[in-house]
Amino acid sequence: MDLDLAQFHASFFEESFEALDGMEAALLGLDVGAPDPERVNGIFRVAHSIKGGAGMFGFKDVASFTHTLETLLDELRSGRMAVTRDISDKLLVSVDVMRAMLTSVQRKEAVDMQKVADLQFDLEMIVAQGGGQAAAAPAAAPAAAPAPAAASAPAAAVPAAAAGVGRWSIEFRALPELLLRGNDPIAIFASLAELGKLTVTANMEAVPRLRSIDAERCYLKWTLELESDCAREQVDAAFEWAAVDCELAIARVDAGAAAPTSEAPAASAAATADGGSPAAAGAAPAASATAAAATTHADGGAHAVAAGATAQPVAQANSGAAPASKPTESKEAAKGGGEHSSIRVSIEKIDELINTVGELVITQAMLSELGRKLDGSLAEQFRSGLNQLERNMRELQESVMRVRMLPISFTFSRFPRMVRDLAQRLGKQIELKMTGEQTELDKTVLEKIGDPLVHLVRNSIDHGIESPEARVKAGKSPTGIVHLDACHRGGHIAVEIRDDGNGLDKNRILDKARSRGLVGANDVLSDEQVHELIFMPGFSTAEKTTDVSGRGVGMDVVRRNVKELGGEIEIASELGKGSRFIITLPLTLAIVDGQSVSVGSETYIVPLTSIIESLQLQPQSVNRLSGRGEVFSFRGEYLPIVRLHELFGIEPRATALHEGLIVVAEGDGRRIGLFVDELLGQQQVVIKSMEANYGPIDGVAGATILGDGSVALILDLSGLIRVATRSARAA
Amino acid sequence: MTGNSQQVLTFVLGSETYGVDILRVQEIRGWSSVTKIPHAPPHVLGVLNLRGSIVPIVDMRMQFNLERAEYTAVTVIIVLSVQSRNGKRDFGIVVDGVSDVVNVDDSQVKQAPELGSREATEHIRGLMPVADRMVVLLDIDKLIAGHLPNTSDSIAEVA
Repeated sequence: MDLDLAQFHASFFEESFEALDGMEAALLGLDVGAPDPERVNGIFRVAHSIKGGAGMFGFKDVASFTHTLETLLDELRSGRMAVTRDISDKLLVSVDVMRAMLTSVQRKEAVDMQKVADLQFDLEMIVAQGGGQAAAAPAAAPAAAPAPAAASAPAAAVPAAAAGVGRWSIEFRALPELLLRGNDPIAIFASLAELGKLTVTANMEAVPRLRSIDAERCYLKWTLELESDCAREQVDAAFEWAAVDCELAIARVDAGAAAPTSEAPAASAAATADGGSPAAAGAAPAASATAAAATTHADGGAHAVAAGATAQPVAQANSGAAPASKPTESKEAAKGGGEHSSIRVSIEKIDELINTVGELVITQAMLSELGRKLDGSLAEQFRSGLNQLERNMRELQESVMRVRMLPISFTFSRFPRMVRDLAQRLGKQIELKMTGEQTELDKTVLEKIGDPLVHLVRNSIDHGIESPEARVKAGKSPTGIVHLDACHRGGHIAVEIRDDGNGLDKNRILDKARSRGLVGANDVLSDEQVHELIFMPGFSTAEKTTDVSGRGVGMDVVRRNVKELGGEIEIASELGKGSRFIITLPLTLAIVDGQSVSVGSETYIVPLTSIIESLQLQPQSVNRLSGRGEVFSFRGEYLPIVRLHELFGIEPRATALHEGLIVVAEGDGRRIGLFVDELLGQQQVVIKSMEANYGPIDGVAGATILGDGSVALILDLSGLIRVATRSARAA
Repeated sequence: MTGNSQQVLTFVLGSETYGVDILRVQEIRGWSSVTKIPHAPPHVLGVLNLRGSIVPIVDMRMQFNLERAEYTAVTVIIVLSVQSRNGKRDFGIVVDGVSDVVNVDDSQVKQAPELGSREATEHIRGLMPVADRMVVLLDIDKLIAGHLPNTSDSIAEVA
C-alpha cells in the first residue's frame, strides 16, 4: 500500500505543537506531591498521541524519545511513582526537547541527538530508580533498547498486563461493504482476543427491517474493550485489512484513574440495566455476531433499534471493568467537542474577506454620495435604504474584523513557564497573576506584542522583584508578585505589567544619565522625564549584566515596537513599592482613524494618533533659522515647519504659510509642524499595503481608498520626520 | 520549449508594436487619474485602486524614452501580473492602445540584436514578425523589477 503520508505531516505537526502547549500548561499546574490524576492523564495522552503519530510517520527519534517519556508518565499515572519537583522539571525540559525535535523534523533538519539522548537517559534513570521495586523489570526493558520501541513493547507487555494496566477502547463501525471485500469481523476479534481479555458489544441501531436487509451487507457497529498492555501497533495490526472498509477509533483508556471517575455514568448504566436485562442476554452473545447473526435478531425493525440502544450500557454493566473506563472516554469526547466548535481558517482567506468587505464599504460610500445628490419622489426612499445599508455594512465590517481577533491569552500563556524558569535561575520567589486573558485583539498586534511583553516581564523579575531576603528585610512577603493585566479602554487595549518589587530608583537613573552626559549635572527633571531616560538606547542601570537582562538593549526596542503598532507605553513607579508599565494598543492594525488633508490636487491621511493640534500661523510668528529652515513657537518649544508639498514634490495651492494650515504632529518622540493646504475631514480608513505591489516609501505608512474610489496615501509621521531632517541636513 | 506556441497581446506605443504573454494580463482598462507616489522615478506615474488593491502604474512611453503623449479617454492601462524577487506583483502599464492577440510559435521568436548597452535590451525577450510588422516581445518580469524600490533597507531596519 503506497499511501502518501506526507500530506498528513502538516496537521500532525500542528496538532503536536498544540498538544505540547497544552502539556506544558498542565505540567505547570501540576502540584508536586498530590497531582490531579486527570491532569497527569492529560499529560500522558499528549505523549502517547505524539508517539503514535511519530511512529506512524516514521519519525523514529521522536517515537523513541516519547516512548521513554511515556514510560515515566505511566509510572506517575499509575501512582507507582510520586511527582517530585525534579521530575516535573525534567518533564518540562522534555516538552522543550520534543518541540525542538519536531521543529527539526518539520524543517527536515538533523535533530540534536546528544541533548535528546542525555535527557532520555535521565528519564530512564528516574524510571529505573523511582519505579524501583515493583516496576523495575518492565521499565528496564525499554530503557535498555529504546530504539526498537515496538519490538520491546510486547516483552514488557506481559508483566504489565498482569498488573492490570493497559486497556484499549475500540469503536469499530463496519461500512456496508466490509463483508463483500472478504473481511471477517470474527477473525479480527479472534486476533484481538489473543492479545488479552476482550469484551465485544454489538450495536444494531443501523440494522434495517428484515425485508430490506441485504444479506451481503454489514449494518453493525461494535464497541470493543481490550484489556492488554500491548502496543498500539498490535491493535492496529488486527484491523489492518479492514481499515479502509470501516470507521475505526482506537483509544488507550487509562486504568489508573478509572476508579474515582466512574460514579455518575455507571449509575445510569445500572439504571438501564434493570429495564434492559432481557435485551442484554440477547446482546451479549451478539458480541461475536456476524451480519447473519444480526439478521436473525433484527426481526422487527423498531424492536431491534430499542435493543441496540440499550445493549451498549447493559453490556458494559455486565463486564465489570468496562464501565469504569467508558465514562472517562466519553468525558473526554465531550471536552473534545467543545474544543472543536472552532474551525481553522487560513489568514489569507480572512484577509480576503476583510478586503472584500473594505471594497463594499467604499462602494456603499460611493452610493451614499450619489444618494445625497439625487432628488425626485423616490430619492427619499433611496436614501433611507442607503442608511440601512450603511448600518448593516458597519456591523458586517465589525464582525469581520472580529474574526481576526484572538484573546490575549495566546500571548500570556508563555509567561507561566518563563516566570517559573527565571525565578528558579535567579533564586527569587515569584507569583505570576494574570487577569483579562480573554481580552481580544488583532492577531497581528498579538504576535508583535509578545516580545515587548516578554522583555518587560523579564525586567520586572530581574530588576524589579528583590531577592526573598531583601524582601523580608523590607517588610514584604518573600514572594514577589508580577501581575499581567489586559483590558479594553475606549477603542484601545491596555496591557499592564505590574510588580511589587523595588520600583525604579530615580537617583540611580539620574546618576547614570549624568555620568553618560545625557543630563546636565544641575538639571532638575520631573518624574516623567526621569522615566523617559530608561527608553534611551543603550541605557541600563543594572550593576552587572546577567544573561537575563541588563545589556542595555531593551526599553528603547520595546518602545519602538509598541510605537510601530500605533501604541504607547507609560511608566508609573514608586521606590520600594513597585512599578507599572502600561501599554496602550489599537484593537486592530487594519483600520486607522485619520484626518484627511489636501495638498494641491492630492489627498493624504494623517493618523489621528499622531496629531496634536492644527493651527493657522501668522507670518510674524515664524522665525528663520540661519537663513533657511523655518521654526515656530508651540507651547514653549520651537518646532520645525515641514512643507509636505516640498517633501513630496507636488504643486501646492498655498505656498504662503498663512494661506494654509499647520498640523502639529508627532512621530518617534519628535514634533513638527506639517504645512498643508487645508483640512478635509476625519474618517476611519482601511489601511492597504503599498508594499504588496510596489514597495516601502519613506514617510508613507500605506494607502487607502476614498469614497470616490481614488487612492489616498496614509502618512507615517516617524518616517516623514526622518526624511525631513535628512533632507534638511543634506540641503 | 521549442515548438510551443503561446498567445501574445500586442499593443502600440507611437509607431512601435510590443507584445506581452497574454497569461500575464489581468485586466485592460481605460485611463483614470492616479495618485502620485513621492520619491518615485518619473515613469512611475502613481497608484490606482484596482478592485481594492493598490496598483502602481508605469508610463511605457517614458520607460522607452519615447515622446510623451497626452492621457486621453482612449489611453489604455494594461494590468499585468509579474514575478519579482518579492513575489507576485500587479503592475499597470500605460500604452497608446491595444491592438491584437496573436499566436506565436516559439521558433518564430528571434534574438534581439545587441544595441549598445545591455540595459537597452535586457527586458526584450525577442523579436517576431506578425503580418508585415515587427513585434517586440517583452520580458515583463525584468522590465518591472527595475521599478520596485529596494526593500532591503527597510528589512535591515526592522531586524
